[in-house]
Amino acid sequence: MTEVSTDTPMIRVSAVDKYFGSLHVLKDINLEIPRGQVVVVLGPSGSGKSTLCRVLNRLETIDSGAVAVDGVPLPEEGRALAELRADVGMVFQQFNLFAHKSIIDNVTLGPIKVRKLGKDEAREEGMRLLRRVGIADQAEKYPAQLSGGQQQRAAIARALAMRPKVMLFDEPTSALDPEMVNEVLEVMAGLAEEGMTMLVVSHEMGFARRAAHRVLFMADGEVVEDTSPETFFDSPESERAKDFLGKILTH
Amino acid sequence: MQVLIDNYHLYLRGLGTTLQICLYAGLLTLVVGTFIAGCRVAPLTPLRAFGTAWVTVFRNCPLAVVLFFMAFGIPALGINASYFVFGTIGLALYTSAFVCEAIRSGINAVSPGQAEAARSVGLGFGQTLRLVILPQAVRSIVPPLGSVMIAMIKNSAIAGAFGIGGDLYAVGIRQSSAQGEEIIPVLLGVALGYLIITIPAGLLLGYVERKVAIAR
Repeated sequence: MTEVSTDTPMIRVSAVDKYFGSLHVLKDINLEIPRGQVVVVLGPSGSGKSTLCRVLNRLETIDSGAVAVDGVPLPEEGRALAELRADVGMVFQQFNLFAHKSIIDNVTLGPIKVRKLGKDEAREEGMRLLRRVGIADQAEKYPAQLSGGQQQRAAIARALAMRPKVMLFDEPTSALDPEMVNEVLEVMAGLAEEGMTMLVVSHEMGFARRAAHRVLFMADGEVVEDTSPETFFDSPESERAKDFLGKILTH
Repeated sequence: MQVLIDNYHLYLRGLGTTLQICLYAGLLTLVVGTFIAGCRVAPLTPLRAFGTAWVTVFRNCPLAVVLFFMAFGIPALGINASYFVFGTIGLALYTSAFVCEAIRSGINAVSPGQAEAARSVGLGFGQTLRLVILPQAVRSIVPPLGSVMIAMIKNSAIAGAFGIGGDLYAVGIRQSSAQGEEIIPVLLGVALGYLIITIPAGLLLGYVERKVAIAR
């Protein structure tokens, strides 16, 4: 066991560059997220915000630079990487629940197969989490039988079942019907209050204002603004942020 | 037709041998084919290269050439076994390239998000494949895999012609060429024998297809 001091940032991104072919999607990104901080990443589509999120648990590889989670550099492909991913919860835009498994089996699969929990224990913990996100009565159903909002809450429960150190949300409400957005944001705000370290790629301005400690504004692969939600929404510095806010807030 | 009635026990035994070849080769080729498909989608480049090379070799060599190697090449290396064993292994290896591609196409039909989610909860590559991807891929694997297996049953005739002897096809050849029986009724008998295997196989396939279609 290596001692990790409490001021080791939960996530450290140093000089990361990434290309998709000739497209430079992440340009020299440097970022530290302390434990317990909730960061919302905003930006126009194609700005690299989703890619940044996926780089943090190596769903996307980087071309140069370094990423460390809780002081541990991201390992290459293999067992060590799987172990690290177990500690990093991820919630996807398209939910990605395992389509052939019931909701409760979705939640307990990781704990049983990765954490080696007993079936009963995993189930008990899984049901507790499903109650917490408000869908315990859906436990035996299959993902396709649930609404989008319920599926996304199940996906959050699945990630939490691994007892992650940090949660990544990649546009968690973008695929939802409007009336289902709030039930998901509610769960996320609850997590934020409990002190979970979170990085949320989202277009939900209300959530950013209410729950975030910090806003990153990205454009063209760069972090253009890195500030508090109040400063960002009330007095953005860059032209690009003003332009972005002007486009989304006028309606 | 008298020849079939008089020698029905020979044909029955031939049918039995053909069934045996197909059963052993079928099981072996499923195991090998699944393993090679795993290699082809693995995150490690050497494994992928191995899988691709395997498929390239066995998909592009005529079965007769593979069987020649098994019949004459392997014994020349000092490894000896009955031709039944060599023929069955040869048939299985040849078919495994097609099994692999049927399985791989099924794997590719599962949304990439499923694998991303599986890996995000910390499942390793093998667990992801076994617990999340393959169970969902089965639905789209069954129809092409069934065609591959039926083709294998028919290809077992080539393994028979190479001297396994006693299988359905070999029985027919012996009857007409060695014993001078009329070729048409003999071949009809042989064809009937294969149909007795392949038609129920096709029906079984349809049943399995319906079964996995609703299992969700």
